[in-house]
Amino acid sequence: MKFKVLYYVNQFFGQIGGEEEAGMAPVFKKENIGPALGFNGLLGEEGEVVGTLICGDNYFNENKEEALEYIMNVIKESNPDIIVAGPAFNAGRYGMACSGVANAVIDELNIPVVTGMYIENPGLDSCRAKAIVVETTDSAAGMRKALPVMANIVKKLMKNEELGLPAEEGYISQGKRLTVLSDKRGSRRAVDMLLARLTDEPFETELPMPVFDKVDPAPAIKDLSKSTIALVTSGGMVPHGNPDRIQSASAQKWGKYDVSGREALTGEYCTIHGGFDPVYANEIPDRVAPLDMLKEFQKEGVIGNVFEYFYTTTGTGTSVGNSIKFGTEIGKELKEAGVDGVILTST
Amino acid sequence: MVKEIERYGIPIVHMSTITTISESVGANRIVPTIAIPYPVGNPNLPENEEYTLRKKMVERALKGLNTEIKEVTQF
Repeated sequence: MKFKVLYYVNQFFGQIGGEEEAGMAPVFKKENIGPALGFNGLLGEEGEVVGTLICGDNYFNENKEEALEYIMNVIKESNPDIIVAGPAFNAGRYGMACSGVANAVIDELNIPVVTGMYIENPGLDSCRAKAIVVETTDSAAGMRKALPVMANIVKKLMKNEELGLPAEEGYISQGKRLTVLSDKRGSRRAVDMLLARLTDEPFETELPMPVFDKVDPAPAIKDLSKSTIALVTSGGMVPHGNPDRIQSASAQKWGKYDVSGREALTGEYCTIHGGFDPVYANEIPDRVAPLDMLKEFQKEGVIGNVFEYFYTTTGTGTSVGNSIKFGTEIGKELKEAGVDGVILTST
Repeated sequence: MVKEIERYGIPIVHMSTITTISESVGANRIVPTIAIPYPVGNPNLPENEEYTLRKKMVERALKGLNTEIKEVTQF
C-alpha cells in the first residue's frame, strides 16, 4: 500500500495568487498543486500526495490559531502518514508558516514533517529540532534540486530507515548528539584534528559549538521630553521616484532622507518593498513608518526632538550579512549624532 | 538591524507584526503591530479611529524606550 502525504503550500505556490492573496484563509484541495505535483511524481510507486493545503502567508502569521485549527482538522480527517511543507526558500513568512504547521503536527499528532528552507530563513530555528528541514537555495530557482532531496528523505522515513548525517542526506542539523562508533579513540581523533588545523588542512569538529549572539538591552531613556528619537524602517518607504534606487527585494543598500521639515511621510513617500501588498502603505505611508505621530509627540512635548533623518531599506529577502552591515552603519551615524532612542518598524 | 543598532548602546524598540521573528532576530523591546501591509495603522477603521490607534501604538513604543528591561519584553 502506498503511504499518504499531505502537502502544505502558501498562496503563491498554491497558484492562487501573489501578495494580493496573502491574506487568504486556508483551503484544502484534494489534488496535487504546485510543488505537490512534482513531489508526487518523485514518490513513484511507494507513496502519493493525497491533497494540498493552501494558506496565505499573512493570514497564517496574523491568525495563527484560526489557521492551525482548520489545518489540523483537515490533517486529522485525511489521516496522512507524513506532512510535507514548502520548501519556503528564504521567504520569511512562508518559513514561519511551515514551521508553525510542523510544530503543531509533530506535537499534537506525532506525524513526521519534512520541509525545506534556506539557512537564513527566520522560520528555521523554531522547527529544526523537530522537523526534517532540507537545506535549499534562497530562491525558488532551487525547487528542482530541493524536491528530490525532500522526497528521498520522506521515502526513507516511511520505510523506517535511519537517516544518515545531515550533510549526507541534505538536511539542516537538528542539533542532536549521536553515538557513532569509531575505530580510533577520542585522544587520537583530537590530535588528528589539531594536526590538520596546524597544517591548514580541512577537518570536521565532532561537536560544533552553538553560536549565541545576543545584545543586552540598552539602558532606557531617562527623560523622554529631552530625548531625540530616530525613525528607521525595513518597510521600503522612500521618497517618490526612489532617488537612491533601493532594491525592492534582497536590498544591497539603505537610504536616509531629511524629514526635519515634514509633518508626516504621507504626501511624498511610497513603498518599493516587494514583499507585501503596497496599497495601504502607499495610501498612508505613516502606516508603515509613523513619522506623523512622532512629530505630534514632539509638538506635545512628550519627546524632545525627532531626528532630522529618516532611515529606510527593504527587509524582504535581504541577507543576514547585509542586515548586519546596514544596522552597523546606521547605528554608527545615530550614535555619533547623539540620538537617544530608535523606533524601527518592519512589515 | 535592530540588534546592531542596540549594540551601540542606543535603546531601540521593534514594531513588528510577527513578534516571533522579532524575537528570533534578537530584538529586546518589542511592540506588536496590526498587520504586515499596515503595521501601524488599520485601513478598515474610520480615519479618526485609525489616527488614535497609531498614536497609542507609538506611545507604547516610547514607553518601551522609557522602561528599563533585563530581558525580551513586549509593550
